[in-house]
Amino acid sequence: MITLAHLLTLSAVLFALSVAGIFLNRKNVLLLLMCIELLLLAANFNFVAFSRHLGQLDGQIFVFFVLTVAAAESAIGLAIMVVLFRERRSINVEELNQLQG
Amino acid sequence: MLPLILFYIFATILVMAAVAVIVSRNPVYSALSLVLCFVTSAAIWLLIEAEFLAIVLVLVYVGAVMVLFLFVVMMIDINLEELRAGFTRFAWLGWIMAGAIVLEIAGVVLTKRLGIDVTRGGAPLPANYSNTQELGALLYSKYAYPFEIAAMVLLVAIIAAIALTLRHRPNLKVQDVGRQVAARASERVRLVKMDSEHRE
Amino acid sequence: MNQNLLLAIPMLPLAAALIAGLAGKAIGRGGAAAVAIGAVALSFVLSCLVLKQLLLDQAPNFDGTVYTWLVSDGVRMQVGFLIDRLSALMMAVVTFVSLCVHVYTIGYMSDDPGYQRFFAYIALFTFSMLMLVMANNFMQLFFGWEAVGVVSYLLIGFWYTRPSAIFASLKAFLANRVGDFGFLLGIAGVLYFTGSLDYQTVFSAAPSVATKSLMVFQGHAWSALTLVCICLFVGAMGKSAQVPLHVWLPDSMEGPTPISALIHAATMVTAGIFMVARMSPLFEYSPTALSFVLVIGATTALFMGFLGIVNNDIKRVIAYSTLSQLGYMTVALGVSGYSVAMFHLMTHAFFKALLFLAAGAVIIAMHHEQDMRKMGGLRHRMPLTYWTALIGALALIGTPLFSGFYSKDVLIDAVHASQRYGAGYAYWCVLLGVFVTALYTFRMIFMTFHGPERLDQHAREHFHDVGWDMKAPLVALAIPSVIIGYLTVEPILFGGYFGSAITVLEGHDVVGELKAEWHGPAAFALHSLTAAPAWLAAFGVLSAWWFVLRHPERGDALRERFSGLNRVLVNKYYFDWFNENVLAPLARGLGLLLWRGGDQAVIDGAIVNGSAEAVGRLAGVTRRLQSGFLYSYAFWMIIGLAVSLGWFLIHI
Repeated sequence: MITLAHLLTLSAVLFALSVAGIFLNRKNVLLLLMCIELLLLAANFNFVAFSRHLGQLDGQIFVFFVLTVAAAESAIGLAIMVVLFRERRSINVEELNQLQG
Repeated sequence: MLPLILFYIFATILVMAAVAVIVSRNPVYSALSLVLCFVTSAAIWLLIEAEFLAIVLVLVYVGAVMVLFLFVVMMIDINLEELRAGFTRFAWLGWIMAGAIVLEIAGVVLTKRLGIDVTRGGAPLPANYSNTQELGALLYSKYAYPFEIAAMVLLVAIIAAIALTLRHRPNLKVQDVGRQVAARASERVRLVKMDSEHRE
Repeated sequence: MNQNLLLAIPMLPLAAALIAGLAGKAIGRGGAAAVAIGAVALSFVLSCLVLKQLLLDQAPNFDGTVYTWLVSDGVRMQVGFLIDRLSALMMAVVTFVSLCVHVYTIGYMSDDPGYQRFFAYIALFTFSMLMLVMANNFMQLFFGWEAVGVVSYLLIGFWYTRPSAIFASLKAFLANRVGDFGFLLGIAGVLYFTGSLDYQTVFSAAPSVATKSLMVFQGHAWSALTLVCICLFVGAMGKSAQVPLHVWLPDSMEGPTPISALIHAATMVTAGIFMVARMSPLFEYSPTALSFVLVIGATTALFMGFLGIVNNDIKRVIAYSTLSQLGYMTVALGVSGYSVAMFHLMTHAFFKALLFLAAGAVIIAMHHEQDMRKMGGLRHRMPLTYWTALIGALALIGTPLFSGFYSKDVLIDAVHASQRYGAGYAYWCVLLGVFVTALYTFRMIFMTFHGPERLDQHAREHFHDVGWDMKAPLVALAIPSVIIGYLTVEPILFGGYFGSAITVLEGHDVVGELKAEWHGPAAFALHSLTAAPAWLAAFGVLSAWWFVLRHPERGDALRERFSGLNRVLVNKYYFDWFNENVLAPLARGLGLLLWRGGDQAVIDGAIVNGSAEAVGRLAGVTRRLQSGFLYSYAFWMIIGLAVSLGWFLIHI
C-alpha cells in the first residue's frame, strides 16, 4: 500500500532536486524554467497526496489551478525568453544584469 | 502489494529523470527528461487514484507545455559551452540548500505530526467512484469563480505571449481597410481645365 | 468708574506714540510735541479724576476685563484693569512725571534730529507703564513689563551712533532679560499652582498655595509659594536694578537726560517695587521670600550708595543714588511695609526726577559736559536750577519736613521695628545709608554749584542758562518735593489709604506698630531731631562740605590713604569685570561648546547628517545585493524559504 510517507518523501526528493537544479543551471533561463516546472510538480505531489489522504477533493482542485497558472507562467516565460534571445542573441543570465540598482 | 512495487519502479524512474533534467548538458535532453518526469508522475497519480489530474498532466504538460519548451529549445541557437561554464560554481550551495530543505520538510512532518498519520494511505474508494465526475461537480459549483479567473489568467497569458513575440516589420506593405473605405473621390481625382494645345 | 475713561488713560499716549512715530514727518516737530504732550496731559487729568473718584467719592474699586485675547485650556489671557488706590496712585505719579518730562524734552531735545522719534518713544513708554500699573492679571503685567523694557532699550540707545550707548542699551536689555527669565518662571509657577492668571483668583488662592511644596532637587522640598515669590522678585531685581542685576542702571545714563529722569529714576525702575507691593497677598505668606527681598534691598541700599561717593559724572552719581533709594524701597517691602515702600516710591519719583532734570539743565548749560570736576560755582550762573536742585538734594537726604524725610524716616523706623530675619542687618545698612546718601548728594551739589569755577574754555564760551521750557518742570517738581510728604504721610501710611489693595498679615504689620507713636507730621519732624538719621544726614553734609569745599586736598589724601578701597569702589565692586571676564566668557564658552559640540557635532553631525550618511552607507552595502542577476534573486528566494521553514520548525 502506498502510504502518505512514500509520497511525501518522493515529493521532498523532487523538490530538493529542483532546488539543486536552480543552483546548478543558474545561467540558463530555459533550464531555470524547467526546474520551476519540476518544483511545481513536487508541490502538486503534496497536494494530491494529502487530498487522497484526507479524502477531500479540494487539494486536487488546487492542483488544477496550479497547473493552469504554471502553464500560463511557462508560456509567458518562454515568450520573454524568445524576445530576449532575439534582442541579445543569448540567454545567458550572467549577461542580464540591467536590473542592477 | 503490486501498487507499491509499481510505485517504487515509477519513483525510481522519476528521480533519475529529475536528476537528468538538472545535470544533462543538452537542453533538449533536459526537456525530454522532464517529459519523462511528468509521465511517471502521472502514472503515480493514477496509482493513488487521482485519475483526472494524471490525464490532465499528460495532456496539458506533455502535450502542450513541454512541446512548447522543446519548440523553443530547438528554435533558438544556444551556445552551450558558454552556458555550461562555471556549472559547479554554486553546486555546493545548491546541494546544501537542497539537503537543508529536505531535512526541514522531514523535520516538520515528523516532529509536528500535524494531526495525521503518515504511515496510512488514502481510504479505498468505492468501485463506482468517478474522480472526474466528483472534481467536475466541485469545480463548477464551489470553485466556479476561481475557475473563471483561471480561464482569464490563461487568456491573458495567451495574449501576452503573442504580444511579446509579435514582430513588427517596418517595410511590410499591408492594406489599411479603414483608409480605403474612407477614401473620397475629391481626394483622388483632380479635374483640370485647360486649353487644347496647338501645333506650332 | 467708567470703563471707557479707564481705557482712554493708556490709549491716549499710545495713539500719540503712533502719530508721532509713524507720521512724525507729516506733523513736524511742533506737531509731534503737541500731540504727545496733549495726550499725556489728558491722561494725567483723567488719572487725577480716577484718583479723586476713589478718594473723595468713595467709588468702589474697578476690576474688569476689557478684552479677551485668547482662552487656552481654561487659562484666560485678557486685557483687564484693576483700579484701586494702589494703581490709581501709581497712575497719577507716572502721568505727572511723564508730563513734566514731556515738557522738559521740548527744551532738552530742541536741536536733536530725532525729536519726533523721541516723543514717540516716551509716549509709548507712558502707555506701557500705564498698562503695567493698571493690569488686573499677570499676562498684562508681563506685557507692560516687557514693553517698558523694550522702550527703555530703545531710549538708552537713542543716540545710536554712539558705541557706548549701543553697549549700554544692550547691557540693560541683557540684564533685564536675566530678571525677566525669573519673572516668567514666577508667572509660570503662579499658573501652575493656581491655574489662573487673574490677580483676584491668585490672591485668594495664596493661603492654600502656601501649604504646598515642590521638589526642585531630589530630597529638598521647597515651599511652592516661596519659590514663586523669589522668582517673581528676581524679575523685580532686574527691573528695579537690585544687586546683582543692577549693573545696567548706571550705564543707562547714556540715554538722554529726560529719559534718565522718567524711566531710570521715577517710573520704570519702580515697576519692580510696585509689582511686589501688588503681589503683597502672595509675599505675605512667605517670610523666607521677604527675608530674601530684605537682604537684597539692604545690600543695594548701602553698597550702591558708596559708589556714588567716588563717581565724578553728575548723572552717574544720581544713578547710584537711585540704586540706593530703590534698595530702600526694597527693604521696606522686605519688612512688609508695602505702604511705606509705595510712599517712598512716590516721594522719590518727584525729587529724583527733579534732581535728574536739574542735572540735565546743568549738562545742557555746560554744552554736554557731565564731569563734575569741570563744574563748580554754577549757583551764580543758574540760580533757579541751583535752588531746585538743592530742594531735591534736601529731600533726598531726608531733611525734616521735606518729602524724602517722611518716607525715609518712617522706613527706617519700620525696619527697626521689624522682627523679620535679616532686619538687623538691614537696619544698620539703611541707617549707614543715610550718612552715605547725604555725603554723595552734597558732594555733588558742592562740586557742581559751589566753590571756584573750573569750567574749561569751551564750556565757558558756550555757557548759556536754560530756557523756561526746562525750568518750568523743575519748579513743577520742586513743589511736591517739598510738600507732598508733609501732606500725604498721615493718610497714606496711617490713614489706611491703601485699604484692601495691600495685604499685611497679622504680626507683620510694622507700620501699624509705628502708628501708636505717631502724633502728626510736625511732631514727627521735631522728634526726629533727637534721632540718629537726622544727625547722620547732617554729619554727611558736613563731611561733604569739609572734604569738597574746605579742604579739597584732604579728600585727595584720604583717597590715597585708602587707595585699595578706592579702587574697589571705582571699579564698582568689580561687578562689570566679573560679568565681562567671567560670566560672559563662560556663557560664550558654553554656547560655543553647545554650538560646536551639541549642535554641529551631535545634532548636525551625528543625528541629521549622520543618519543620512548611515542610510547612504547601508544602501551602498545593500545595493550590492541587487546584482541584477536573475539567479541571485532566485537564490535568495530559496534561502529565504529555507530560513522561514527553519523558523517554522523551531517556533511553531
